[in-house]
Amino acid sequence: MEIERHEYDVVVIGAGGAGLRAAIEARQQGKRTAIVCKSLFGKAHTVMAEGGAAAAMGNVNPSDNWQVHFRDTMRGGKFLNNWRMAELHAKEAPDRIYELEAWGALFDRTKDGKISQRNFGGHEYPRLAHVGDRTGLELIRTLQQRVVALQQEDYDKHGDYEAYIKVFAECTVTRLLKDGDRIAGAFGYWRESGSFVVFDAPAVVLATGGIGKSYTVTSNSWEYTGDGHALALLAGAKLINMEFIQFHPTGMVWPPSVRGILVTESVRGDGGVLRNSLGERFMFNYIPEVFKDKYATTEEEADRWYTDQANNRRPPELLPRDEVARAINAEVKAGRGSPQGGVYLDVSTRLSAEEIRRRLPSMYHQFKELADVDITTEPMQVGPTCHYIMGGVEVDADTGAAAVPGLFAAGEVSGGMHGSNRLGGNSLSDLLVFGRRAGLGAVEYVNGLAARPKVDEADVAAARTEALAPLERTGENPYEVHQELQRSMNDLVGIIRKAEEIQEALQVIEKLKERVKLVGAAGGRIYNPGWHLCLDLRNMLLVSECVARAALMREESRGGHTRDDYPSMDPQWRRKLLVCSTEDGSSIRVEEQLQPPMRKDLFELFELSELKKYLTDEELSA
Amino acid sequence: MSYKAKFRVWRGEGGEGRLEDFTVEVNEGEVVLDILHRLQATQAPDLAVRWNCKAGKCGSCSMEINGKPRLGCMTRMSTFAQDEVITVTPMRTFPVIKDLVCDVSFNYAKAREIPSFTPPAGVRPGEYRMQQVDVERSQEFRKCIECFMCNNVCHVIRDHEENKPAFAGPRFLMRIAELDMHPYDVADRQEAAQKEHGLGYCNITKCCTEVCPEHIKITDNALIPMKERVVDRKYDPLVWLGNKIFRRPK
Amino acid sequence: MSQTTAEPAARKQRAKISERTLRTDQWWRYPLVTFIIFTGFLVYSFWAIFDGSYWAEPYLAPFSAPCLATSCPEGATLFGFTPLGDWYTLPPALVILAFPAGFRFTCYYYRKAYYRGFWLSPPACAVNEPHKKYTGESRFPLILQNVHRYFFYAAIVVGLILAYEAVVALVHKPIGLGTWILLFNAVWINLYTASCHSCRHITAGRLNHFSKHPLRYKLWTVVSKLNAKHQELALISMFTVMGADFYVRLVAKGVINFPWA
Repeated sequence: MEIERHEYDVVVIGAGGAGLRAAIEARQQGKRTAIVCKSLFGKAHTVMAEGGAAAAMGNVNPSDNWQVHFRDTMRGGKFLNNWRMAELHAKEAPDRIYELEAWGALFDRTKDGKISQRNFGGHEYPRLAHVGDRTGLELIRTLQQRVVALQQEDYDKHGDYEAYIKVFAECTVTRLLKDGDRIAGAFGYWRESGSFVVFDAPAVVLATGGIGKSYTVTSNSWEYTGDGHALALLAGAKLINMEFIQFHPTGMVWPPSVRGILVTESVRGDGGVLRNSLGERFMFNYIPEVFKDKYATTEEEADRWYTDQANNRRPPELLPRDEVARAINAEVKAGRGSPQGGVYLDVSTRLSAEEIRRRLPSMYHQFKELADVDITTEPMQVGPTCHYIMGGVEVDADTGAAAVPGLFAAGEVSGGMHGSNRLGGNSLSDLLVFGRRAGLGAVEYVNGLAARPKVDEADVAAARTEALAPLERTGENPYEVHQELQRSMNDLVGIIRKAEEIQEALQVIEKLKERVKLVGAAGGRIYNPGWHLCLDLRNMLLVSECVARAALMREESRGGHTRDDYPSMDPQWRRKLLVCSTEDGSSIRVEEQLQPPMRKDLFELFELSELKKYLTDEELSA
Repeated sequence: MSYKAKFRVWRGEGGEGRLEDFTVEVNEGEVVLDILHRLQATQAPDLAVRWNCKAGKCGSCSMEINGKPRLGCMTRMSTFAQDEVITVTPMRTFPVIKDLVCDVSFNYAKAREIPSFTPPAGVRPGEYRMQQVDVERSQEFRKCIECFMCNNVCHVIRDHEENKPAFAGPRFLMRIAELDMHPYDVADRQEAAQKEHGLGYCNITKCCTEVCPEHIKITDNALIPMKERVVDRKYDPLVWLGNKIFRRPK
Repeated sequence: MSQTTAEPAARKQRAKISERTLRTDQWWRYPLVTFIIFTGFLVYSFWAIFDGSYWAEPYLAPFSAPCLATSCPEGATLFGFTPLGDWYTLPPALVILAFPAGFRFTCYYYRKAYYRGFWLSPPACAVNEPHKKYTGESRFPLILQNVHRYFFYAAIVVGLILAYEAVVALVHKPIGLGTWILLFNAVWINLYTASCHSCRHITAGRLNHFSKHPLRYKLWTVVSKLNAKHQELALISMFTVMGADFYVRLVAKGVINFPWA
């Protein structure tokens, strides 16, 4: 069968915030760019981001600047972050936000007409540019409309909207193609027709998001099957920090069918408090040593903070997400949870009904329509949900380049920026800052090429055979394999981990690998979700194995990785990253790698007493 | 509390297809999309349904449930009687690809025909100053999740395929209103709204507003104000006279 | 450079579903009720126009207010203003009713209601309309709906006249049931007029910078609140005006004749 072929300079896989920003940059630099995405254009998971985009613009509190943002990010990530990325992120985020405004975004405003900023967990000052609680939607729509604007420019100039930038919607990439050690293109299928497509392109930007669909309770959508992580691995790139998964402290817990759906952190930023079944505001009991002097110790002080932030410390509900998630987990385990296995999050006692509906409109509707709970009069029930993976493709901070020449990554699929735990609001700004950088990196890489790499036809044939295989079998139902993987990861490599349980998970994964070889899809090639799932399973298994193996190896607790058998943070481990790779395409190898030491001027942004909590004596003396 | 529900789901490819009957388990708190997923997992693995976030935020799972355009993920099973037969069909206005999945490219083509946000020359990023009251109207329209159910339900194109070239649909007429009300947009959109995007086809029967899952008041806040702005430009002799005499710049 | 595979013709088809609608609720109720109410109103109005008993000192039936012909009874005229002169012998309501009728006919709420209830275009959401062709308000004659704004200006005048007549009645007969009926009606009529979409546009809807016109913005927020209830106000005022009109005529005919009527 004839395979559809397209030639581009840059192919961006994923049309979320990072992907679109990368594509916009590549097109603005004059490169012919393709955006390939699994969903319709504008439906990416970025729309789920609610709270806002962190950028130290200092509109609400002029004391804010990039240094403070950098410090907050490093603290939130427990100093495991790639410090260069954290630095670039803090410095460039404001410009990326301003740029959105020039493309038509309408953020909420301050009294003097600037972009308003809201408080969020782990951020010292109000820092999140936002639009009610639908900031992600605003971001994706603005970028989508920017792509359309560029297409209109091209139409005026060339008579073809798609002359320089084209969206391949509902198209899934299953393999990256290489010429020797360099990227040469990508192979995928149209979901709609089931026919195949090959992109000839010297540079590929991965922006595929995360891996949440390997877990049962997750805030992530169906797309989050770790495609980019797996494609990178299979192409020979490396993944770092895969053991660090953020469990968002507040997901819905009831009814069961919506379990995991996100309850935005803005609820807490705007005054929501957490209580257990005894009515205690339990977060005061869970302030960790490293944050003791930054958070209120009494309810009175915490309450005062909402109106007077200069003279009071912030309430402990606004601790970084990993802390809050663990606290909720502990309360439920101790038998102080709500009837449906969560805790209570109450904003009704603090804000008027009208104010709640204005500030948290989509939360109001979400609870009203899905759970029949009116959050203006009663508390919500919430519990931790798998939300974000800090780990991902190891990239060069400045260009987003992975170890494979021609391969770039940005957004959730890349690793390093957030260290062991991401602060709320840092993901949207991450998408913009590193989306742009990866786009630029790809452009510069293409400019520096002497000749275009060529796709090896044998690889295309192999990818085609691999993709068709499930259709030619009448094997096991893929949905069952998927559910078993989700259950195992959720129960055994979840929020609290133990060596034996992780080992058990690894055994399950080995067995599932065998079963995946046998899964079959009934029906034809036209829009067949069973078949699509068969193909996604390969990716989910690869990524799950990375998570489990790295989690087993890291014998400490830090950020999004909590080991019951190693409950404390170990400065020796802070210096080490765990790097995953695969040689045969199915088994994962994990190795330790030393972190490069932080630049001196960045070190000096911190007080010595704080650094002592994280760094080894050896590092401090140097 | 679980029970067996009776479903009739439209299945087919291209235009050809039929309603197929299913009996399927329903548990407490579930929505229609959960039931369709259960059908996929247990009885019809190749049942095509488009979905993403399952939280009413992405606008992917638009379908027609008992004849009404709805998001599958926001339609709770508890709104139906247990013995009720629930009929699920794809959106009628767009060509169907397979089962419940439609080809919605019409909407993306229309989106391209509307000139993008046009800020005044010389305002650099970071210099924008807008008051909250001035952005609120457009912000309401930007809540749109592009489920395209308003375009699906609008009889102008639902019942008259031939009107598609001339009519942008409520979604994109609202987009024009959003830009026209944007404090920094300088493009002239009022003439084009009527001439090129078919604002005049709208007879304000409000079905777009009725089906909007984001509860945007499309008709009252976007379409009618836009019609009134067009009246300003085209049908108000006082304004016309003023323009003739004073040659007001656009 | 890029070749796209030809799309199979079958793909461009809508799902073939023969039912006009698959709705299972009583979608036909809204158009039916609309049809009945509006038809009733039309029949009553037609009768009222030609009914001569519109004056029952000091009450003037709203459908005939203001009375502008010389043939009008003493006291029924507006400040004795009779521009129509004495050649005009047709019912006075015929002239004046054109304005409020036009206002209601071109009103955005009424348009919605009668497009649905009378023209079935569409009868209800997601129910096929019976017409083969549709051009809506994009050309003659329905493009004339755009004159709504001028009827709105006229409606303000009519609304004020009704209020004036009610006040006159109040002065002459403070303890008359008719007085209070006329006052009640005048309030609803004016609320309906103020809630009009054109009114909302004129106050500040046409502006892009509310913040530069704080007064107009305030006015707009008030009108917007009323506007959200435009349908309710339209129906309530329709019934109050019909009721008030009917009451005055009954008094004029002597059907109702208790002392404080």
